[in-house]
This record gives sequence, C-alpha cells and structure tokens, in this order.
Amino acid sequence: MGGGILSGRVGVVFGVANKRSIAWAIAQAWSAAGARLVFNYQGERVRANVEELAAECGPDTPVAQCDVSRDDEIAGFFDLVRSRAGRVDLVLHSVAFAPREALEGRFVDTTRQAFAVAHDISAYSLVAVSRAAAPLMAEGGSIVTLSYYGAEKVVPHYNVMGVAKAALEASVRYLAHDLGPQRIRVNAISAGPVNTLAARGISGFMEMYKHYEAHAPLKRNVTLEEVGQTGLFLASDGSAGITGQTIYVDSGYSVMGM
Amino acid sequence: MADKTLEERVREIIVEQLGVNAEQVTTEARFIEDLGADSLDTVELVMAFEEEFGVEVPDEDAEKLQTVGTVIEYLKDKADK
Repeated sequence: MGGGILSGRVGVVFGVANKRSIAWAIAQAWSAAGARLVFNYQGERVRANVEELAAECGPDTPVAQCDVSRDDEIAGFFDLVRSRAGRVDLVLHSVAFAPREALEGRFVDTTRQAFAVAHDISAYSLVAVSRAAAPLMAEGGSIVTLSYYGAEKVVPHYNVMGVAKAALEASVRYLAHDLGPQRIRVNAISAGPVNTLAARGISGFMEMYKHYEAHAPLKRNVTLEEVGQTGLFLASDGSAGITGQTIYVDSGYSVMGM
Repeated sequence: MADKTLEERVREIIVEQLGVNAEQVTTEARFIEDLGADSLDTVELVMAFEEEFGVEVPDEDAEKLQTVGTVIEYLKDKADK
C-alpha cells in the first residue's frame, strides 16, 4: 500500500457473492491500488464468503449486512461507513436480481411482480445507494456499476434483466447529471459474459459464452482481472473526465454487425 | 503430496462448499434433501467441480446431478473421454 493510485481513498463495495464475483475482481484491484474498502453482504447465505474475502483486503475491513431493496438498511449501512471510515470516495454497485423463471422462455411472459423486483434490485438500488453515499463524498469521487449488452440489444433469455439494465444505464446518465456538480462521476461497465454465480442463473449462459469466443474481435472472452482493471481505471484520476458512460469490456463484441 | 482420487477430491469440494461433515457425504446423499444445499449452492458446486476438473457441465447435465454418487460417476465418465 502507501503509494498506490487509490491510496487514501475509501471504497464501498456492494455485490460480492464469492471469489468469482466481478465485484470481488474490482474490489481486489481497488485494494491493491491502496484503497480502504467496506463491503456489504446481502443475506446470511453469503456472509461467510464475503467476510473471508474482505479479510484479504486487511484485517479490519468492515463487512455489514445491507439489503439494497430496503432504505432503512441502506441508511444503516452508510451510518456504519461514516463511523468506520468517515468518508467515501468510491462506490461499486454490482447488484442484480430477477426470478429464475424470468430468465428463460419469453420476455413477453414476464410477470408484473418479476418486472418490478428486477427493476427495484437491479436499477433503483443504484439510485438509492448513490443518494445515501453522496453526502459522504465531500471531495467528489466515482460510482461504478455493472451492466450488460442485453440492455441495448436483444439477448435471448436475458429478458427482463436486459430491460432492467437499460433502466440502470439510463439511471447512470441521470445520476451523472445530478451529481456532476459535486464532482461525483457515475459510469457503468458493460462486461462480456463472465462465468459468475449470477451469470449461471441465465438459461443457456454457456452458449452465450461460446458465442463471444467465436464472434468477438479478440476471439476470446474477457477475464475477471480485465474487468477489475477497468473498474480501477474508472475509480482513478485516469478517467477524471469520464462520466455518465457505459464502457464496454467485451473483447469488442458489441461493435460487430454480424 | 500424494495424488488424491477423483472421489476424494469431489467429497472435499462438497464438504468445503456446503459446510457439512465428511461423514455426511455418503454416495447416496442428496445435495438438497440430505446436505441442505439451496439452489445457489448447487450452482456453486457445479462451478467448483468445473474448476477443479477442468470440465464443462451444461445446465441439462447439472440438473441430473442430485446425489454425491451421480456426480462422481459423471466426472469419472468425463475424465475417461
């Protein structure tokens, strides 16, 4: 630590489930660059995983429950951040959910309930978390969220999650406008398929993965480390002039017309 | 380090992933009913097997792997190919 490019910065990380999580890859990059981190976990199920991983970022790394669908838990979480770290410079939001049955079959069959929960947890949570974090970001900072190309184009089976990611990317633009005067930047990383726990919930994920390998300009899939390094870029002064954007980290797949 | 058998490696992964005792991981044990796995646990288990054995387990195969024994047979079968 000490001389890292994020030295002295405090980062808040939402959405680590296990060691294969994109959130963990970015958190590792932030930690290696000198940032101090605070982690959320959502539910007892992932608590032990997150605690074990967080300890790799330093023995005193705070870890606390925060269900992003609950405003009271978000408020409580940032109270803890305030008392433990005193400030926030970086926020990582890597949270999404849709009922499994909504991630197979036809989008037209999405229920009102599945649509609402997918948007609440996958898009609105960024708004709620940003609003809670902003007062602690007195020196400005960077908010980073994770999206996917299904926000822009039709990816079979991605369904309501694509629509929720479109809402997320639009939210990034509006948040960038609102928080820009406070020198808070807000950007999304649109990552190509990465073999995570969340991705495996999408029906036919492995076909998607192979499709990228065959058709992306780089003829391979992206690695967790690569997404982590882009997360580091968006947290660092290297991206000081970038806000409101969706940055593709997808081996170039999204530029192809066929 | 002596080479562990495929079966030993499978059992170790299950013990670590599900936080159960080695004695519970019998050949007949069912992941959900007997070992208390939830649906996310079963996905994590499949991913752990893929990583450990360098194989790919398609969704339609994963659905059939409901007991410790079926996983061991499945992975042995894959290893022979």
